[in-house]
Amino acid sequence: MSRNRTERLVNLVICLLSTRRFLTAAQIAATVPGYEHDPEDPRDHEAFQRKFERDKAELRDLGVPLETGTTSIVDPEPGYRIARGDYALPDVHLEPDETAAVGIAARLWQHAGLAAAATSGLLKLRAAGVDVDLHAATFGVEPVVTVDKAFGPLQTAARERRQVRFDYRTPEDDAATSRRLQPWGVVSWRGRWYVVGHDLDRAATRCFRLSRIVSDVRMVGEPGAFTTPENTDLISHVARWSGPVDHPNRATVLVQPGRAAGLRRFAESVSAGPDGDRVVVSYSDPDGFARWIVGYGADVVVLEPEEARKATVARLRDLVAAFAPDAQARAEHGAAIG
Amino acid sequence: MSAPRGAGGGDRLARLLNLVPYLLARPGIAVSEAAADLGVSDRQLREDLELLWVCGLPGYGPGDLIDMAFDGDRVTITYDAGIDRPLRLNQDEALALVVALRMLAQVPGVQNLDAVERALAKIESAAGDAAADLPVLASQTSAGMERVADLQGAVARRHAMRLTYYTATRDEITERVVDPMRVLVVGGRIYLEAWCRRAEAVRRFRADRIESATELDEPAAPPPDAQFTDVSEGIFSPSPELPLVTLRIGRWSRWITEYYPCEQVVEESPERWLVSLRASDLAWARRLVLGLGPDVAVLGPPELVTAVRGESQSALSAYSDV
Repeated sequence: MSRNRTERLVNLVICLLSTRRFLTAAQIAATVPGYEHDPEDPRDHEAFQRKFERDKAELRDLGVPLETGTTSIVDPEPGYRIARGDYALPDVHLEPDETAAVGIAARLWQHAGLAAAATSGLLKLRAAGVDVDLHAATFGVEPVVTVDKAFGPLQTAARERRQVRFDYRTPEDDAATSRRLQPWGVVSWRGRWYVVGHDLDRAATRCFRLSRIVSDVRMVGEPGAFTTPENTDLISHVARWSGPVDHPNRATVLVQPGRAAGLRRFAESVSAGPDGDRVVVSYSDPDGFARWIVGYGADVVVLEPEEARKATVARLRDLVAAFAPDAQARAEHGAAIG
Repeated sequence: MSAPRGAGGGDRLARLLNLVPYLLARPGIAVSEAAADLGVSDRQLREDLELLWVCGLPGYGPGDLIDMAFDGDRVTITYDAGIDRPLRLNQDEALALVVALRMLAQVPGVQNLDAVERALAKIESAAGDAAADLPVLASQTSAGMERVADLQGAVARRHAMRLTYYTATRDEITERVVDPMRVLVVGGRIYLEAWCRRAEAVRRFRADRIESATELDEPAAPPPDAQFTDVSEGIFSPSPELPLVTLRIGRWSRWITEYYPCEQVVEESPERWLVSLRASDLAWARRLVLGLGPDVAVLGPPELVTAVRGESQSALSAYSDV
């Protein structure tokens, strides 16, 4: 933007803030430097109108609340003004510890997409007389946050209650599927971001991990297209979806002394014996249990129950077959696995 | 959300509208101090002041223009022409500050939680409509939370700690004395960053893998060159010196591409993906491959193939009765 235009816009803001009456475009042109033109010359006048439109758009982009209205019933020409109360950031008085909290919070975004917005927000707080120190001491922890690319459009869509469409892919899917969602909100849960909403294709509440959205998020249709059901607890939706699995079953395994430390951390009981330690652990399903146990190789042998023992042996047999020299040679050359 | 404003013109206009109230709140501030605070050069700030000097109220006479007094390097606004307050927070700014405070309030072990919540209420109130009904929530419950207070205590008192720690890459529990440096929360997990006297290096210890932690009556003394690790790209940044493991995996092992940082993922076909990742330890890679099962072929290193083959055969031999 040229210096002239910047100067003109500052003067326009000051002028519209100082007036109580709505000022018409003609009155503004006659007052604010930089709008001088001959209203009788159609081309000159048209150039002024375009310039004024661009300037209004610039101010609105910046968040300046430009009000329009007419001054009297006899003059239907629209006028403009800026209501001071709508323009100005209200007084903010922060205690020193609150100021430190804002500084630490703003620092959260230093590696994430909202850094620019946080910085310009802080500059406004500084202009309101709040001395935010971005290097304030931590409150005992240094949190680091990242956001996925889909975060911005999804929170906007959720706020405006607009439908979205995006391509979604979990590692188990062969290809991304196009999903249509009415987004209710975006949730950070255990360091990951999720969007919760009404999935239009599944006709049910669904939760999506933002890192698995592989396309741009496209807004579909108008704002206000849906309402979020009352008393929706977004966090508990995510917690249910990604929550811990129940472990209702118990197995006893024989562990070599001093080995399989990772497994022992989940032991419900350990009793030493002549041939090793008998360790009781809980599990959900035998196949998942076998995958976990087989990782420890010969250090862990499943004693009971039979279903866990059988699943483990089956898995080991498959592994031995898959890692036999000829099988690996075939796999290395790209033959189908398993 | 609109694109972040770069060095474009809108940026300067926003800065100019902000500058008058900023200076008004700090009469007699040094130009260099203000410039540093606002993130611009001294020269840029002076140019901004020159521009403001010719702006003002209609009439644009001497009494209408923004006026300021200079005392050496110090500046005081003597007439503000009515722009005495900053512009309201826009939606992006309100979002960035409010969500950051909400997240901070949820960080495990954050002290002064009360101050965070008070600040949040005040910023929300100042932001008004821009912060109304923000559809962004945070919950940071995390494994190992019960350890945080002890770790923070040792950091704050600058005391060494004795840790009993489970090292997943080696599948072993060891004791070591560390010099605590800071407590980190990355990706929803809590870490103690410390100088490890055993490894003689800066290490990060996951709170949920600390079996026990004892604060020692001995000062923490990390060597002067011990530095915080840059964790902006994640807590584990694989070093190119570590052995590269290359696997060809089937559908049910694809989760590893989300779970571990991978050097390369090639979708050869819907059924076969080629994945390369750095393993800090061959025994760890062996446990990984055994756990993934027959869904995986190891393309390298060859020692890993041999290790998996030997281990699965010897594990199976223990079940001779089945």
